[in-house]
Amino acid sequence: MHIRRKASSGTMQSSDLMVTVEPSDLLQIEIESTVKKQFEHLIRAQITATLEHLGVTTGRIQISDRGALDYAIAARIETAIRRASEE
Amino acid sequence: MAKNSLGREIPAQWRGRTLDPYVDPWNKKPEVLRATRPLVRRSPGDSKLLPSLRAALDKCELRNGMNISTHHHLRNGDLLLNLLVKELDAMGLRDMGIASSSVHAVHAEIIPYIRKGVITRIETGVNGLIGEMVSKGELKCDIIVRSHGGRARSLVTGEVEVDAAFIAAPCCDITGNMNGVHGPSACGSLGYAYTDARYAKKVIAVTDNLVRYPAAPISISQSDVDYVVQIESLGDPRKIVSTTTRITRDPAGLLIAKYAAEVIEASGLLKDGFSFQTGAGGTSLAVADNIRRKMTEGHIKGSFGCGGITGYFVDMLEQGYFETLFDVQCFDLKAVDSIRRNAGHREISADLYASPFNRGSVVNMLDCVILGATEVDVNFNVNVNTESSGYLLHNTGGHCDTAAGAKLAIVVAPSIRGRLPIVRDAVTTVTTPGETVDVIVTERGICLAEKHADLRRELIRRNLPVKDIHQFHEEITQITGTPRPVEFEDDIVALIEYRDGSIIDVVRRVRE
Repeated sequence: MHIRRKASSGTMQSSDLMVTVEPSDLLQIEIESTVKKQFEHLIRAQITATLEHLGVTTGRIQISDRGALDYAIAARIETAIRRASEE
Repeated sequence: MAKNSLGREIPAQWRGRTLDPYVDPWNKKPEVLRATRPLVRRSPGDSKLLPSLRAALDKCELRNGMNISTHHHLRNGDLLLNLLVKELDAMGLRDMGIASSSVHAVHAEIIPYIRKGVITRIETGVNGLIGEMVSKGELKCDIIVRSHGGRARSLVTGEVEVDAAFIAAPCCDITGNMNGVHGPSACGSLGYAYTDARYAKKVIAVTDNLVRYPAAPISISQSDVDYVVQIESLGDPRKIVSTTTRITRDPAGLLIAKYAAEVIEASGLLKDGFSFQTGAGGTSLAVADNIRRKMTEGHIKGSFGCGGITGYFVDMLEQGYFETLFDVQCFDLKAVDSIRRNAGHREISADLYASPFNRGSVVNMLDCVILGATEVDVNFNVNVNTESSGYLLHNTGGHCDTAAGAKLAIVVAPSIRGRLPIVRDAVTTVTTPGETVDVIVTERGICLAEKHADLRRELIRRNLPVKDIHQFHEEITQITGTPRPVEFEDDIVALIEYRDGSIIDVVRRVRE
């Protein structure tokens, strides 16, 4: 999938996350999280895996995480990217 | 550096004090007489009334390095401590200690005075920003975290000397008789201040409601009070006690509460004479709600409810579920109203409530207490002081006191909170030792200490989700992933005192 426009998904509630994606020539991943110290490596791994799965190679991906579990991270990113890639 | 019995590294000394490493909850004995203070004589016609806080501070002959105290019944509505610290600065005093019963978010106003060296010690732990800044190394202030019972003990033994206690008195007369139940700043029980009134070198009643002699009822009496000061306002009544405390509506919280109530029932303790304590959290109140229903069904009449008292316990008193409430602190306005008019709603001191070093405190008579936790570990040790970030953010309250006293200490908590698993290999900080914790109840499973083999069998018979704590730890960590441990520097910013004064843990500066 290709990010054509800016789009977002998610909420700022505890255990959820807000994902914003927008077009970029490079792949940029920015993570802000309430549990960054403990889980940044796992959050980044989940984001990367989801992007690979969706075939996304470029774009700016911003995550504002409130302690979401991996499945929520995957679902919110996929939703944001589907919204961003609509014709 | 030696390890205490829980494997925590405790230095031999800290800030000149020789530390006594924690060994176990029971065997440390007091080896001193009660602390004392000079007697004074007041003759008829002597006036205690002083025109200002400054005038009272001048009378206390404070010098650099001394301690002052306040009580925290006004909680986040308290104005007094901030006013006092500003006066200490204006008087040119430095290196002063705060030995108040607790410090809240509202007291972030004293941060500039900590930077300036007016305040260099907090003898009772902190809630909020000061602890976080100290943990980050952004603020230099020595903190000793004490439980409610431990603080009372430290004043009674003289380990902590309070040179001047300023007692916010919502209702007070010119001789210093006071209570917390009348007036615009009514906060209910004055339980924490009793110890200060008895043991501080100087006792100053500060009121915004000076009434004609005698103030009634008398909680703290004129025979313990040196001076009386009238000020415009003690605090913001909207923040003194939150107006309502509510049962949770979160389905996981309700499931936890249902399980916890079943554990209490299965334990056999839920019978006539049952005694019970919960905090004011939504899940704790939901446990109380389940217990009330079980008491109705079983026609069970309890003996007492204890602790910080909520409107929920007031209802249980008024509807005959309990004969007595022992109240060291009112958590909501309904509790304030009740302590004013219900004879069975008794104000008690922190010493009577929870001190390990007296001839027996109320916590020793508790059947069951419901406790919270930031983290627990596979040895049932509980942390409520530091967040998983490593920052010191919360005070102990009565956590370790009630856990030690009650026959059944139940920790209720969600299994995962913002991705953090509740069970760890080792907690960041030990507040309450695992030897005093009996059950951990989450929405995904119930873990029991090994000694409760009978209760375990009974819970399994009732088809409750009993799990081995090691397996449960693995189960939830598979969902969350394994958190990276927070890294710490070597320097110690706070001591965690166990209720008997031994050092159960220390808090180190977080590596940023």
